[in-house]
Amino acid sequence: MAITLEEVRHVAKLARLDLDEGEIVYFQSELNALIGHFSDIQKVDVSGIVPTSHAVVMQNVWAEDIAEEGLPRVTALRNAALHRAGLFVVPQIIED
Amino acid sequence: MLTGLSAFEIAAKVRAKEVSCVEVAQAFIDRVGELDGQYGAFLRLAPEVTLEQAASVQERVDRGEAGLLAGVPIALKDNISTLGIETTCASKILEGYVPPFNATVVEQILAADGVVLGKTNLDEFAMGASTETSAYKLTKNPWDTTRSPGGSSGGSAAAVAAELAPVALGSDTGGSIRQPASLCGIVGFKPTYGRTSRYGLIAFGSSLDQIGPLARNVEDAALLASVTSGKDLRDGTSLPNPPIDISSLKSRSLKGMKVAVPDEMFGDATSPEVQAVIEEAMKTLEGEGVVFTRVSIPSIKLGVTTYYIIAPAEASSNLGRFDGIRYGLRAEGKGHIDLVEKTRSAGFGKEVKTRIMIGTYALSAGYYDAYYVRAQQVRAIMQQEFAQVYQDYDFVLSPTSPITAFKIGELNQDPLAMKLLDYCTIPANMGGMPGISINAGFAGGLPVGLQLLAAPLEDESVLQAAYAIEKALPGASGRPPMP
Repeated sequence: MAITLEEVRHVAKLARLDLDEGEIVYFQSELNALIGHFSDIQKVDVSGIVPTSHAVVMQNVWAEDIAEEGLPRVTALRNAALHRAGLFVVPQIIED
Repeated sequence: MLTGLSAFEIAAKVRAKEVSCVEVAQAFIDRVGELDGQYGAFLRLAPEVTLEQAASVQERVDRGEAGLLAGVPIALKDNISTLGIETTCASKILEGYVPPFNATVVEQILAADGVVLGKTNLDEFAMGASTETSAYKLTKNPWDTTRSPGGSSGGSAAAVAAELAPVALGSDTGGSIRQPASLCGIVGFKPTYGRTSRYGLIAFGSSLDQIGPLARNVEDAALLASVTSGKDLRDGTSLPNPPIDISSLKSRSLKGMKVAVPDEMFGDATSPEVQAVIEEAMKTLEGEGVVFTRVSIPSIKLGVTTYYIIAPAEASSNLGRFDGIRYGLRAEGKGHIDLVEKTRSAGFGKEVKTRIMIGTYALSAGYYDAYYVRAQQVRAIMQQEFAQVYQDYDFVLSPTSPITAFKIGELNQDPLAMKLLDYCTIPANMGGMPGISINAGFAGGLPVGLQLLAAPLEDESVLQAAYAIEKALPGASGRPPMP
């Protein structure tokens, strides 16, 4: 089942990637080539097999509920390209 | 020369006060300065941090309190967070990012009196098998500088092979420690999933990623694995088991060792010259009493597909955090979503974008069951088949990489060929198994690695067996041509 250019645009939108037309065409052929090779697992009989989300069986992990110091604000902001008044700066999200 | 010594030898000399920690650190800083122009193993050194740590370890040595890694300089793959030292994952999106904390493994190294030497090159976000997708530089194989060191921990592997560091840490999601170790003729060990904390390892495929050592012999790899393992509450997938115990490392005999050899990892799967070296090594080991049995593990053939669904799916989610707001690159945009899209498009390279696209596609409505859920079911089948094998056999043996080191650029245009390089290493990640690569010999002057796998939590056994095999194959390793 070949992936259309429209689907590539949709996936790019979901992935928050701003691709130009050249890239859209490139990823269409790249995805089609790779997904073509994925057909081998479609033939496997998986009836009754429980999917594993991890490599080793994991259970809930509990820790004591103890308050600890977090990162100081100035340290947390140090890697941000833009910050002001102790806060991260983001573009306006809610319109006037 | 100091820089040719093993980690064990350096720690012993430091403890015996034959050499100071600062002298050791300086010797490696100088050697990297002199030679790394040829290899491109390091993205950066931090000499002031290294020398300061060395001086403070020396104070403990002088008080007779030196730890297991006394004065040993360690190279770290640049996806391992280091307090105060830039950490980029070899990506433009993290250029200039200086972590405000150390990864748990770094804390463990410092607590054992090791010293951070610098940060090594990798495929961008560890996505690749040649270190060529790094946004910063190419790394070259010390055995032949026209060839790739493998990847994604190619910088760590080249650094250790070229004696620019005695030992290094890498990370392994589908073979990224073992495959470059194999191509560079050194030892690379991936512990059981959960035995080494992932806290501070910048995530790629969270259910597969595991940090582990690269070294020039099994003993050094075991030493670093023991220091960097154990329960860590900051990693929810950390296992409750104690650190890897290496007190019995040298105790295991090869006599009567039962080793399964899967048909699926030989024959068409492996180049004839690699296969010949591995079969020669097996003959020698047979003479020492190892009992090899050919077995079939059919799901091995599905490993690459399963991996190329699960790992990108997890990556597409993990890499969602790079939005330009809290750290890293920030592009200008008209409004929030435009800013995020422009930042990610400018900051991620082609391979990373490809994997994000595959992962997003595999998780999207309409395809989730056909790809992601099915891949998780195939992973379960693979785990069951390996568990069955481990009921009758101690270990599984195979080549680590189907080919020896390839020319830089040779596989770039053939994404599938590059992905098949992980064919023999992927099952260990799918099953959480410990796996090690040690050198088995040479083909056309290039190293050939042998891989040994064991059931989850058999880290101690696999290290013991690898140590015994290394001793039984004395001609198998060597030193690349270099000063």
